[in-house]
Amino acid sequence: MIAQIVVSGIIFGCIYGLAALGMVLIYKTSDIVNFAQGEMAMIITFIAFMFISKYELPYIASFALALLFAALLGAIVYILFLKPIQSSTPISLIVLTLGLYMIFHGLAGLIWGHSPTSFPRALEGSPFQIGSVFITPNEIFVVIFTICLMLLLFALFRFTKIGLAMRAAAQDMMASELMGIKVTKIFVLTWALGSLLGGVAGMLIAPTTFLHPSMMAEVLIMAFAAAVLGGFVSMPGAVIGGAIIGVFGNLVSYFVGSELRIVFVFLLIIVVLIIRPTGLFGGTQYIKKV
Amino acid sequence: MKKIIIYTVILFMLMYPLLVGFSNYYLTIFFMMSVYVITALGLNLLLGFGGQVSVGQAGFLMVGAYSVAILSSKVGLPFIVTLPLAGIITGIVGLIIGLSAARLKGHFLAVVTLGFGISVPQIILNWQGLTGGYSGMSVAKPTFIFGIHFYYVVVLITLFIIFIIYNLVNSSLGRAFIAIRDSEVAAQSMGINVPLYKLLMFVISSFFTGVAGGLYAYWFSFVSPNDFTLATSFLILAMVVVGGLASIPGAIIGAMVLSLIPHYTDQFVGLTNLIIGVLMVFIILVRPNGLASIKKMSFKNLTFGKKVGNKGVIKDAEIG
Repeated sequence: MIAQIVVSGIIFGCIYGLAALGMVLIYKTSDIVNFAQGEMAMIITFIAFMFISKYELPYIASFALALLFAALLGAIVYILFLKPIQSSTPISLIVLTLGLYMIFHGLAGLIWGHSPTSFPRALEGSPFQIGSVFITPNEIFVVIFTICLMLLLFALFRFTKIGLAMRAAAQDMMASELMGIKVTKIFVLTWALGSLLGGVAGMLIAPTTFLHPSMMAEVLIMAFAAAVLGGFVSMPGAVIGGAIIGVFGNLVSYFVGSELRIVFVFLLIIVVLIIRPTGLFGGTQYIKKV
Repeated sequence: MKKIIIYTVILFMLMYPLLVGFSNYYLTIFFMMSVYVITALGLNLLLGFGGQVSVGQAGFLMVGAYSVAILSSKVGLPFIVTLPLAGIITGIVGLIIGLSAARLKGHFLAVVTLGFGISVPQIILNWQGLTGGYSGMSVAKPTFIFGIHFYYVVVLITLFIIFIIYNLVNSSLGRAFIAIRDSEVAAQSMGINVPLYKLLMFVISSFFTGVAGGLYAYWFSFVSPNDFTLATSFLILAMVVVGGLASIPGAIIGAMVLSLIPHYTDQFVGLTNLIIGVLMVFIILVRPNGLASIKKMSFKNLTFGKKVGNKGVIKDAEIG
C-alpha cells in the first residue's frame, strides 16, 4: 500500500516538477517569478481541448498545436507586459504577474465557463502490475517525459551557446547587451520555453483534475513548493523537489486527510526555508545591488 | 485645505446613516469599505512602507473573525475585550509568519504568505471541535452603552486606526520601515535591526487586520470558512497597488473604490477577477505609484514603464 502511495506521489510530483521547471527557467534567466504560470497553463490546456473536441484532431496534433500556442503566449506576455517594467522593483513584477493570474482566470471563466470537463490521457491502456504496485502506461510516459525534458533543459542551459547567453543575461543585463547578446530575444525565448513547460504540465494533469478554470490552483501551489524546495535556481532541484512534494502530499492525504494536504505542504516549505533559506539545492546567494 | 477635507469626510460619515435612513443594505456597503480600509492600511504598512509582499491577508482576516466568534460565543467575553484580543491573537499568528519573513525575500515570502492564506480556511474546516467546520459559527450582536448604533462604533474604530497608522509611519518606526524597503544593507549599516523591524511590521499589520476581521464577525453575526479566500487576498493587494504604494490616502481610496467592484460584478462569475486583474496590470504599467499620484497627473508623467524610480514613492511616504 505504501509503495503504491509513493509511486503515485512521484508521478504527481513529476507534473509539479514540470510546472516548477518552467518557473525556475523564467526566474533564473529574467529574474521574474511568474505567478501566472499556472493560469497560462490552464489557458493552453483549454486550447488543446478545443483542437481535440471542436476540430477533432488526434491527440498528438492537438498537443503540438497547443504547445505552439503556448510558446506564442509566453512570448506575447513577456513583450507586452513584462518587458516594459523589466528594470522595475521586484514588488511591481510580482504584482504584475498576480494581475495576469486574475486576468487569465477571469477570461477563462467567461469564455469556457466553470463546469469541469474531462480531458483525454496521453496514452490509453490498462494498468499492469510491478511487484505490489499498479501502474498505467500513461504514468510511465509522464515520468519518462519529465526526466527527458529536465535533462534537455539542463543541457541547453549548461552546454549550448543559447544557454550561455541566458546565464549571462541573468547575471548582468547591460554587460551582456554590450557583449553583443540580444537580451530581449533571449528573454522572449525563455518565456516561450517556460510557458511551454507549463502547458505540458497542464495537459498532463488535466485528466486527473478535470478541465476547468481553477484546475491549476493547487498545482501552482505545489509547483511553487517544488521550486522553493529546489532553491528556485536549480533545474534538477525543481524536479526532485516536485517528487518530494508529490510523495509527501500523498502520504499526508493517506495518513491525515486529503483536505489538509496543502496545509502540510505549506508547513514543510516553511520548515525547510527556516532551516535553509535558499532551499535544498539553492547554493549561495549574493546581493546584486546595494 | 487638508483639514477642511478631513472634517467634511467625518461629518459625512456621521450623517450617512440618516441619509440612507439606517438602511441595512447601505450601512453594510459602508461597513465592508471600513473593513477593507483597515485591511488595506495594514497591508500598505507591509508592502508600501516595508517592501514585504504578503499575498495572504485574507488568512489574517479569517483568524481575526474566528477569534471573535470563538471568544464571544464559547468563552462569552464582551465586545470590548474580544476585539483587542482578536487583534492580539492575529498578531501572534503574524509573528509566526514574520519569523520566516525575517529570513526570506520577495518571491519566497510571497509563496509563504500565499500558502498561509490558502491554509487557514482548510484548517478552520477541519478543526471542527473549535470552529464548527462547514456550518460556520454564529456570533451574538454586541450592545453598546446609550444604545449607540454599531455603525458609529465602526466609524470610530476605523478613524482611530487611520490616526494610529498615520502617526506610526511618520515616527522613527515608519522611517525604519522605509529604510528597510529602500535598501536592507544600508538600513542595517545605519544601525537598524532589520529582522526585528520586519517582525514588527508583520505583527502590527496582522494586528489591525485581525481587528478588521473581528468587526466583520460582529457585524454579520456569523462567520463561515469561505468568507475570505485567495481572491480576497488578491483584492486587498489590488487595493493597495491601485490606491498607491506607501500612501495612506491612496490605500483608503483604493479600498473604498475596489470594495464596490465585487458588489456589481459578482453575478457574472469571473468578471470580478478580470476587472481587478486589468486594474492591477494597468496601474503597474502606467502609474506604478497608483491613484494617489494622480494629482501630479500629466501626460509627461505617464511612465509606460520607462522610468520607474523610487523618488515618487519616497515623496508620497513623507506626505503620508
